[in-house]
Amino acid sequence: MIARRIIAVLLENEAGALSRVIGLFAQRNYNIESLTVAPTEDATLSRLTLTTAGDDRTIEQITKQLNKLIEVVKVVDLTEGDHLERELMLVKVRAEGLQRAETKRTADIFRGQIVDVTSDAYTVQLTGTSDKLDAFLRAIGKQEVIEVARSGVAGIGRGDKVLTLK
Amino acid sequence: MAEMLSGADMLVRALQDEGVDYLFGYPGGAALHIYDALFRQQKVEHILVRHEQAATHMADGYARATGRPGVVLVTSGPGATNAITGIATAYMDSTPIIVISGQVPRNVIGTDAFQETDMVGISRPVVKHSFLIREAEEIPEVIRKAFYIANSGRPGPVVIDVPKDTTDPNEKFPYEYPRDVSLRSYNPTTRGHGGQIRKAVKLLLAAKRPVIYTGGGVVQGNAGKHLTALARLLDFPVTNTLMGLGGFPGTDRQFLGMLGMHGTFEANMAMHHADTIFAVGARFDDRVTNDPAKFCPDARIIHLDVDPASIAKIIATDVPIVGPADSALAEMVRRVEQELERDPEAVDRAALAGWWDRIGAWRGQHGLDHDQRHRGDAPLLPQQVVQAVYRATNGDAYVTSDVGQHQMFAAQYYKFDEPRRWINSGGLGTMGFGLPAAMGVQFAHPRATVVCITGEGSFMMNMQELSTCMQYALPIKIVNLNNQALGMVKQWQDMQYGGRHSHSTYRDALPDFVALAESFGHVGLRVESLAELEDAIPKMFSARYADRLVFLDAWIDPDEHVYPMAIKGGAMSDMVLERAGVETDGVGDDGADAPVP
Repeated sequence: MIARRIIAVLLENEAGALSRVIGLFAQRNYNIESLTVAPTEDATLSRLTLTTAGDDRTIEQITKQLNKLIEVVKVVDLTEGDHLERELMLVKVRAEGLQRAETKRTADIFRGQIVDVTSDAYTVQLTGTSDKLDAFLRAIGKQEVIEVARSGVAGIGRGDKVLTLK
Repeated sequence: MAEMLSGADMLVRALQDEGVDYLFGYPGGAALHIYDALFRQQKVEHILVRHEQAATHMADGYARATGRPGVVLVTSGPGATNAITGIATAYMDSTPIIVISGQVPRNVIGTDAFQETDMVGISRPVVKHSFLIREAEEIPEVIRKAFYIANSGRPGPVVIDVPKDTTDPNEKFPYEYPRDVSLRSYNPTTRGHGGQIRKAVKLLLAAKRPVIYTGGGVVQGNAGKHLTALARLLDFPVTNTLMGLGGFPGTDRQFLGMLGMHGTFEANMAMHHADTIFAVGARFDDRVTNDPAKFCPDARIIHLDVDPASIAKIIATDVPIVGPADSALAEMVRRVEQELERDPEAVDRAALAGWWDRIGAWRGQHGLDHDQRHRGDAPLLPQQVVQAVYRATNGDAYVTSDVGQHQMFAAQYYKFDEPRRWINSGGLGTMGFGLPAAMGVQFAHPRATVVCITGEGSFMMNMQELSTCMQYALPIKIVNLNNQALGMVKQWQDMQYGGRHSHSTYRDALPDFVALAESFGHVGLRVESLAELEDAIPKMFSARYADRLVFLDAWIDPDEHVYPMAIKGGAMSDMVLERAGVETDGVGDDGADAPVP
């Protein structure tokens, strides 16, 4: 069964390490739906979160192949347990005439913030699961969306579960 | 106080400290500081090749024959790109080689400078790891890490890209070779899990129709001795992959021969009908399994491999064991011994006897018996040539091959009793591998008989190395199974494309190989019949030519096919065993007259 997975990776914060991860996905024909990467509180490590889809065997291969990369320190499939996922979206939406108020209300319902305003458009900032961001875009309607910038998913395990060096 | 050395001197000193005896390479602008450092020392002997691809295959052959990493030095740009095929070859067969490439100076990286190429980028999918030297000071540590990574866990090639300015002879740094290496992100498994090993032994003891299927991991993992002990203890049949030949003695009664696409009838039948398969250091390659959905329907599978990613990649595994083959097999031998001591009936001897009877029956039907065909003046058969080489060398030579029909004939008919004797490009299937690999083997084992069984197509891909062989007086014996065509391509065209030989023949354009070998200063011989072969082979391996490279150009039946051959999309038991009906034309035909179905 094909399922969406969120995989978190601790990676040596070295030049070229990221290209090995991305290259692996291309080389072995695994898909990447989203990818985020940034240094962690430990400057020698980067944390990478990627969302992918695959059956159990593919996901097992993905985690094994990631672990084989010399610069990969740890790999966790967050979707195996309780976890939090968040994505940030900045979206420029048409906002003219009557529609201005409607767009504002929709943004409020989704707990979005209007972070930039022009005479005919709003820029809305929204965080949440990818599903929530998708739902917002549907609610606004394709016709009204001018531009979308999404961060990709960042994820973390719930409760005591941690992904650190130790 | 540590000695002060330039980057180039540190690099060469680090190779010395790693115990490197040979460096296979080719100079060029970005590597010249390093070449100068090589000139000023004696410990590392540099071998000047004629093409960088050959340098990588030499290092690979050296590594496969010894278990020690082979080392290559090339320059930037074309030097680096020419090395890629050899790196990919080593990657697919998991052999430890270190490729040091010159790079343009740091301040011009990224500017499309003369002979610049992104070596780390271009090699990335075919290396175990790679390094770009950022500061000269890190050279000793990077070299230490590179050797450690290349030759631990599942071995593989490591690239070190060295910008020219980090080897500047005028900038010196304190040199100290690191004694230890630790990488927090790389800790290969050093022991198989005890619980899994116990489970595996239990399953093996309960087996009624077992097969032990082993690959290159047994050869590379120095586990042949333990494998043989375990197989003998249990009286189980053993089959080897193309990469695994020699892991178990080829002349042993329990040996079924190679399995897979051109494996023996008995090996493939036994696999298909087995109830228990113990795979060691093998990766269920598509050339072994045929259609994975039809693979060994009744078998429970135990898989021992040092690389966890090889387990359950293609075929689901019942008992996975991650770890090095040698220690895990040694522990299994101990456990089986204990069990048999406690209860001599712990193995189902009656079931095994029945299983061996079935295997015996399959053996009787096998397709590897060409002795009775083609006598006298009939065209020479490639199988006869390999058998003659086997007899003349007492089965004790190092044999390298290229890729194609000759490779399969060599694998089928030369029986390897020892690991590391059979050296070929199994995974990538690199034509042009055989001669340079043989050269690497000969450097590693100067007194050994090294035979390169090749075909004229493969040979012509790296034949420039005949010059290197002359320069270093390498007494390699080259056996050219000359069928005047790209034989395996032609065989597929015969079997699957109605005999249309699309661009697989070149009869009228072949060189006179005897004259060619002689022009390089070597000995050339030609045979076209069994009688001539029987005359030439003893000559080739005689004391008279012990110090000479001899090139035997054996003109064989151009229409011979390799059998058995797996039927595409079938199970392992689905094989073509012999040529069906009348087939088409002879050699040199472009297919115009061939019947089109």
